[in-house]
Amino acid sequence: MSERVKKTIFTEEMKKDYTILVPDMLPIHFKLIINILRTYGYKMELLQNRGQRVVDEGLKNTHNDTCYPALLVIGQFMDALKSGKYDVNKTALLMSQTGGGCRASNYIHLIRKAISSQFPQVPVISLNFSGLEKNPAFRLTVPMMIKLVYAVMYGDLLMLLYNQCRPYEINKGDTDKMLDKWQNRLAKLFEKNKFTNTTAHYRAILDDFASIERSDVKKPKVGIVGEIYVKYSPLANNDLNEFLISEGCEPNVPGLMDFVLYCAINVVNDASLYDKKTKLTLGYSIGYDVLYKFQKKQIKIIKEHGVFTPPHDFEHLRKCADKYINQGVKMGEGWLITAEMAALAETGTENIICTQPFGCLPNHIVAKGMSRVIKQAYPEANIVAIDYDPGATKVNQENRIKLMLANARV
Amino acid sequence: MEKVYELGIDVGSTTVKTVILDDGNIIYNKYERHYSKVRETVAQQLEIIGNLYKGQRFRMAITGSAGLGIANASGIPFVQEVYSAFVAVNKSYPDADVVVELGGEDAKIIFLTGGVEQRMNGSCAGGTGAFIDQMATLLGVTPTELDEMSLRAEKIYPIASRCGVFAKSDIQPLLNQGARKEDISASIFQAVVDQTVSGLAQGRKIAGKVLFLGGPLSFLKGLRKAFTTTLKLDDEHAVFPELAPCFMAYGSALQARDLSEEMTIDEALEKIKNAKTHDSIAVGKPLFETEEEYHEFIKRHSRSDLKYADIKEYEGDAYLGIDAGSTTTKLVLITDEGRLLYQYYGSNKGQPLDVIADKLREIYSIKNKNIIIKGSCVTGYGEDLIKAGLGVDYGLVETVAHYKAAAYFCPDVDFIIDIGGQDIKCFKIKNNAIDSIMLNEACSSGCGSFIQTFAQAMGYDISDFAKLGLFAKAPVDLGSRCTVFMNSSVKQAQKDGASVEDISAGLSSSIIKNAIYKVIRAKSVSELGKNIVVQGGTFLNDAVLRSFEQELGRNVIRPAISGLMGAFGCALFAKEKAKEQSDIISEKELEDFSYTSKNLSCGGCTAHCNLTVIRFNDGRRFVSGNRCEKGAGIKIDTTQENLFEYKYEKILEIENEKPVTKVKAKVGMPLALSFYELMPFFHRIFTDLGFEVVFSERSTRDTYYKGQQTIPSDTVCYPAKLCHGHIESLFEKGVDFIFYPCMSYNIDEGGSDNHYNCPVVAYYPELLRANVPELNDKNFVAPYIDINQKRHTAKALSRALSAYGVTEKELLPILDRAYSDMVRYRRGVESKAKEIIEMARSEGKEIIVLAGRPYHIDPEINHGIHKLIASLGLAVITEDSVSSLCSTPDLDILNQWTYHSRLFRAAQYVTTQPDMQLVQLVSFGCGIDAITTDEVRAILEEKGKLYTQLKIDEINNLGAAKIRIRSLIAAIEEKKEREKRKINV
Repeated sequence: MSERVKKTIFTEEMKKDYTILVPDMLPIHFKLIINILRTYGYKMELLQNRGQRVVDEGLKNTHNDTCYPALLVIGQFMDALKSGKYDVNKTALLMSQTGGGCRASNYIHLIRKAISSQFPQVPVISLNFSGLEKNPAFRLTVPMMIKLVYAVMYGDLLMLLYNQCRPYEINKGDTDKMLDKWQNRLAKLFEKNKFTNTTAHYRAILDDFASIERSDVKKPKVGIVGEIYVKYSPLANNDLNEFLISEGCEPNVPGLMDFVLYCAINVVNDASLYDKKTKLTLGYSIGYDVLYKFQKKQIKIIKEHGVFTPPHDFEHLRKCADKYINQGVKMGEGWLITAEMAALAETGTENIICTQPFGCLPNHIVAKGMSRVIKQAYPEANIVAIDYDPGATKVNQENRIKLMLANARV
Repeated sequence: MEKVYELGIDVGSTTVKTVILDDGNIIYNKYERHYSKVRETVAQQLEIIGNLYKGQRFRMAITGSAGLGIANASGIPFVQEVYSAFVAVNKSYPDADVVVELGGEDAKIIFLTGGVEQRMNGSCAGGTGAFIDQMATLLGVTPTELDEMSLRAEKIYPIASRCGVFAKSDIQPLLNQGARKEDISASIFQAVVDQTVSGLAQGRKIAGKVLFLGGPLSFLKGLRKAFTTTLKLDDEHAVFPELAPCFMAYGSALQARDLSEEMTIDEALEKIKNAKTHDSIAVGKPLFETEEEYHEFIKRHSRSDLKYADIKEYEGDAYLGIDAGSTTTKLVLITDEGRLLYQYYGSNKGQPLDVIADKLREIYSIKNKNIIIKGSCVTGYGEDLIKAGLGVDYGLVETVAHYKAAAYFCPDVDFIIDIGGQDIKCFKIKNNAIDSIMLNEACSSGCGSFIQTFAQAMGYDISDFAKLGLFAKAPVDLGSRCTVFMNSSVKQAQKDGASVEDISAGLSSSIIKNAIYKVIRAKSVSELGKNIVVQGGTFLNDAVLRSFEQELGRNVIRPAISGLMGAFGCALFAKEKAKEQSDIISEKELEDFSYTSKNLSCGGCTAHCNLTVIRFNDGRRFVSGNRCEKGAGIKIDTTQENLFEYKYEKILEIENEKPVTKVKAKVGMPLALSFYELMPFFHRIFTDLGFEVVFSERSTRDTYYKGQQTIPSDTVCYPAKLCHGHIESLFEKGVDFIFYPCMSYNIDEGGSDNHYNCPVVAYYPELLRANVPELNDKNFVAPYIDINQKRHTAKALSRALSAYGVTEKELLPILDRAYSDMVRYRRGVESKAKEIIEMARSEGKEIIVLAGRPYHIDPEINHGIHKLIASLGLAVITEDSVSSLCSTPDLDILNQWTYHSRLFRAAQYVTTQPDMQLVQLVSFGCGIDAITTDEVRAILEEKGKLYTQLKIDEINNLGAAKIRIRSLIAAIEEKKEREKRKINV
């Protein structure tokens, strides 16, 4: 750290009465996660502020060629801090950090640079699993981490079922109500430490969603893959999920657990690619196996239940990747994007939207760079790459998606 | 049963097309410009049809990029436009293979055979009808005239058509240098073709029977010719249907039967007229609430008027200032006391020399004969030409000229912002000198001329258009991105029913937001200082000025001669340096003044600059377009060394060493990306293993063209795009296989958090394998290597080269030699740098660390910027030659890329050397530099150094780079003088 930018540490003192703001990235998952962290005494709030002011603050406070996710996250934070809604002397910011070779590892630094001149007193906390930055008062303990993993699994299931019910619901609002119900129930289960009996909970969730009255009209399935933030965040992708549903499609969004598994297996892959085994390798390898089993179990239960289409098995995704790209491509979302596109195309979701921030570096390689070979393998695949940035208008993006949908019906 | 017709309505970005079908046969079609009055024009067209087919019943469907809004609001079915074209083509040309369709702001390709695929242009509107219109405006002709001229072309210049703004900065210098308009016209069409081939087809070949659709392709013969020649199509395979402009309307009519209910035209009109537009447009504040507020505003700004003197009455000394800008020419003549005798502001009509000569004639003819012009000075893009042609005494950098003028009105000015036709320039002033300069990057420029083009597109004169915005009640919020993107924002606003007034005001505010958020990037108003002077032609527009004040929340000073400030600054400079009599061309000499221009390709070096040679009637000649002085016939000082050339030649030399033993196979290595640094390493390995190493060709523009068909992402950086051509070049050279490793990790030089390559450099081989059809697992060896680990590298290479029997054991000693070679190369660079530094110091020259990345030594990537800097009297060294001389400074970012961490150390080193400056070279599209540039700037500025950034891509116009470098030199000099003064006091 230089003296140019002030770094305020989040201390034990602050834990008591500081509100920690979280950017709006995965609405379903983050709500679960925030509720869990609350039980550990952190006051968390998921930011919901949107609109031109968020974009303007982002533009003002970052380099213009910075990728759109960074711009939006910073814009959302700055807008929130300036809104008067929060006591800026009692507010902290939370941002995730992966440490990969993509620009995203620098988001936290960019946030700090942006706020330091106007809100130097506001601490910025890095949420990472690789020890990149240490925050004495924000340490993820083992029980916390376990809960977070479960939250990701439950979140993925809710997102999956939501997308498979919402387009077909007969009584408008049923699916949203069901989602709310389970958000609340899961929060309570976590609070009471009764979340581990996944078999029972998964089945209950599946039964509940299956009870929603749905029509059996056939709707085209549209896969959404891409850079993790624009893929999930409705703020970034202009409510892509909602738009697809309104256009009579069923969105198919691969879950967050895939990304977690991707990060874990990359460390293991590195060891074999470059012959560098470290202490970390073994840890990640074990972690990967455990998490993968979790995912497999969920898939098995969904299959057994028989009503909904389960997500892809991660080992299967890895095999899909191997056909087109080496798993050594590990920056950003890397080979995972290629794998998800291939897996979707293979299983009949031939319509794929690849969301990416304008000028995203890894996406040149793994998304646009791989469409040709995927199309060769699946001539029916209907892939459209959509760029997101502060200047791209919604109408342009929607037009492009519509073109794809028109094609979907050929 | 009563007859029912089908009606297709295509609402495009600039036109409305209608087609009526009777039993599948076209019985009516019409093409009409809508001048952004979308709904009115559609209604008009329907009324015409209603009169022709009174009481008849229709099924109808709407298509087109601007049709969605109307369709949604009126309930008439909408059909996606590319899909419409698809249906129409299937119906009338079932044997077509590819459809190319250019519209007003869209470009589309449909591949029909071999896997149906439809593509639209990305977020960039380059290469479309609007682009051609914009270029015609720039040349001062109509699109039809442009077309006619293009058919008489003799040569083609490289012009970027990715977006109109880029192309402009290519064309303007050509115009200023006097290139033939015929050639430029043809080049514009060629640019459109290139854009379509590389940007849209992205690796898929356009071949077979090709159908060309859309307005521009049916009206412009030159464009057709460019397409058929480039794609090598004969008459049989290039089809230009007569119905081309209305094809999509036809397609939607074909679908109307299934989609729409029957209705009469009157019913349809009713629907359209009653359609509600939803109020989804973001709305800003009105510029002026009341008429009084406006008058107050006008009164306040009139205080910064200049005093005038009568050119016919005044007797005495006078000084002439000329600003030969990119699109406009400005002239002033002032008296000793700075009174204005004469002023001119107008378009340079692409012929700045003629315009200025004309104005001089006018001055001579009206001025009092006792006015003596004692000095003259010129600034702007055309500076060199005007100076040479008309005998102007001095040339001045634009930035300095503007500061001089601003200081005249406001001696303690803190901040100057100038928005001209194509550029935004901002300077911060500290201690009476320019402290930092911010220029707009290529992608956001074109601000002033954008409003103008837009006004014309909407059928207004620019000043009328601007006035409309002044009292708009609900200005549209159009965002702050580059102007091309704004086009679609405007489209959307129109669709949502915004009025011309609201759009005009919205555009003014957009330009301002662009300046504040993109160029200045001010976090708070106080950062700009107290005294702000605005200038440049664009600020003559009251709406723009008001938007600026509104956005800043503070009043600023706009001199009434806002558009003439560059020229005025020049005149002031001429006054400071007054002579007995200016050398400027006399009235008599002007009578015979004439010139001819000719285009040549320079043979001085491999850069083959396109030269424009202007021969004046008195026999003098002026050469422009050259990067160095060679082409201008000036003997180059060969003793002067330049580290860029040294490095490049050193890398190329390596290829000469061939194996001493029998050659196992020929291995190709592309002269691209990381190879520009790792060539010593890999060449040693392969040569000692007994392979003959063959490099790809030296990059030229043609290398790029060679590979452009296989580039899948048009926004990737130019150095990466060039790789495709290098792969082709290696195939031409007949190599047995190509070696190109994937490397997540680069060399670990220590002192950083990690040592990654950027994602593009690291994994480009993966992309090449997936997109270059000739590549397969046999002829493309791309192992994953971390060269920091010897054992692993040996293992990975032996595995990759197992087909040639290469073993780990034999590799180990070879690797030792390879590592030494790499170190030796680096040491060579460092000691060469030392020599250059010593030489420069003995001659009292300033030293520039031109900091980029290893591949920036490629002349096709750097476009000879190093030569330009050297020609301005500076010594040039590189970032890697000094980065090992100091340790990493404290940083506020994650320092995890090897190439970029060198930048930080080089910057730190520069802060310890009084006679060194750092200029950062940034490739367009380099996302990582979005992080590094701010950090490098912070390191330098903390220690009182100036920061200069040069952004480069395929465009080889060095005009902007030159302004920056010259401003840097001016600032260094100013600083030195200030220190001298301090010492004297």
